Amino acid sequence: MAWFKREKAGFDLQDKKSLPDGIWVKCESCGEVLYRKELDRLFSVCTKCGFHFRITCEGYISLICDENSFQETNAHIQSVDMLKFRDSERYSDRIKKAMTKTGMSEAVRTGTASIYGLPVVLAVMDFRFVGGSMGSVVGEKIARAAELAFEQHRPFIAVSASGGARMQESAYSLMQMAKTSARIAMLSDAKLPYISILTHPTTGGVTASFSMLGDVIIAEPGALIGFAGPRVIKQTIGQDLPEGFQRSEFLLNHGFVDAIVHRKDLKQTLYQLLSFFLEDAADKPLPEQV
Amino acid sequence: MPSQHKFVLEFEKPIVEIERRIAELRELSQNEDLAMHKEIERLELKSQKLRREVFSRLTRWQRVQLARHPERPYMLDYVSRIFTDFIELHGDRAYGDDPAIVAGVCKFDGIPIAIVGHQKARDVKEKLRRNFGMPHPEGYRKALRVMKLAAKFNRPIISLVDTMGAYPGIGAEERGQAEAIARNLFEMSHLPVPIIIAIIGEGASGGALGIGVGDRVLMMENTWYSVISPEGCAAILFHDAGQAERAAEAMKVAPPDLMEMGIIDRIIEEPSGGAHSDFDQAAVILRQALREELDSLMQITKDELVKRRIEKFCRMGVWKESV
Ligand SMILES: [Zn+2]
Repeated sequence: MAWFKREKAGFDLQDKKSLPDGIWVKCESCGEVLYRKELDRLFSVCTKCGFHFRITCEGYISLICDENSFQETNAHIQSVDMLKFRDSERYSDRIKKAMTKTGMSEAVRTGTASIYGLPVVLAVMDFRFVGGSMGSVVGEKIARAAELAFEQHRPFIAVSASGGARMQESAYSLMQMAKTSARIAMLSDAKLPYISILTHPTTGGVTASFSMLGDVIIAEPGALIGFAGPRVIKQTIGQDLPEGFQRSEFLLNHGFVDAIVHRKDLKQTLYQLLSFFLEDAADKPLPEQV
Repeated sequence: MPSQHKFVLEFEKPIVEIERRIAELRELSQNEDLAMHKEIERLELKSQKLRREVFSRLTRWQRVQLARHPERPYMLDYVSRIFTDFIELHGDRAYGDDPAIVAGVCKFDGIPIAIVGHQKARDVKEKLRRNFGMPHPEGYRKALRVMKLAAKFNRPIISLVDTMGAYPGIGAEERGQAEAIARNLFEMSHLPVPIIIAIIGEGASGGALGIGVGDRVLMMENTWYSVISPEGCAAILFHDAGQAERAAEAMKVAPPDLMEMGIIDRIIEEPSGGAHSDFDQAAVILRQALREELDSLMQITKDELVKRRIEKFCRMGVWKESV
């Protein structure tokens, strides 16, 4: 960890669903039984196999941003059930439940923040909220965050965690792919950097839009990243999928992510990349010397 | 061409039945037989009336079925009827050529334009070669290459959309299906030439949108467009792919729905009986709509065009804001 300094003693912001309560936690990847407090201290990464447990949106914010630097934007945009969609439950009820469960208004939080003093605009998705699916609100918030980065001349950073587009919003959700991509293109045209961080899982409409458009794309180890879900592919081709298919390492091997970065090194990596991109950051001393 | 019908949808049957009788009578009435002619005339009126009735109150699911009708005109059927001097351009210059997407240059009433589109096929061998119109990443990259070529030489782009979706396979994932589609959305949002999209059949998800970002988005009357196929939605949300009809209704996939959602700009009429009943007439109507849209887009400056296109897509969606 070298010069990397933790700003908080503990780290207890895992996604509780993927990590049931208790003193001991079983790794869903290797089966190792882990001591929860130890896991909290180690960024929710399995000490045996390095599996990165899913963490919440707040988890990433405290991991990446300087303490108290995150200022949320557009916190009050909420979904509307325009199509009166109903599957096993009403879409409007599904949203209400997700809000109660997560305390979030939608599957993404956006805002301004700093990373070792460098100002950025950040968007962080949360898988707990309807599978991190992208409907109108997620698309709109991502687009507005990119627009804010454009206006304030800040780099844009997005942390993705999503099962794809939100089917309950039908074509509205599809169009969020075009919307977010168009805003990323605006940033690119203005020569503002965009770093995309892919976490477990990032699939479907999110992958096929802003998530895959980073100037630099970082993946967490072992994350499922793809266009189609493995089940759909398996059904379509009628054969088993190769070991490690659609995992971060697979994407790295095929040239679709720049680097796989361990959670403990994420903030440092972002800082180093930002200092490459930002003119006024290039001659700044490294954080340990600040 | 009633007697040529090989594939008939359930709700087309009564119409096709009358048409068959007309054809039979025609064959019998070689010599001048006034009574026979009267009967044919009567049946023709009846079939027209019935056709108008059936096609004026199509359900969303019936439109999905028409969009997939195996005798429906495909991209190249329109290209040959609407454009001249078409030269197909192959390959993405990186991996290969994907026959599920056709790209090329041509002339539209003498105006040089680029054309891209999904291509489905009719016979088994050709269907396999074209992968049922389900592209791999190299298809999207080929389309982008040709669209960038168009932009470089200041030529408008027309994209004809007709796909069940981007192909979900191992090779597609290995070669970055998601990246290829994302890249197209990114690039198409700011290419400084007019882009007209026409959905001529199926508009399934990212596979359709991957060549579907433009200044004007048109849908033919008997097509569908959504975030997932009705079967896919039914399988995931209703746990039963057999409930596709219900999913098509719930997702509101028909052109009037998309018009109401503010996602498309125009619905293009089809000949009574659907595009498959008269390729030539379908092409005439499509051509007229494309020409009108192109004429109006060619009046707009490049900067304004791109600005409006970005704003158009950024307005899409529904949400509420409270404090
Ligand atoms: Zn483990």
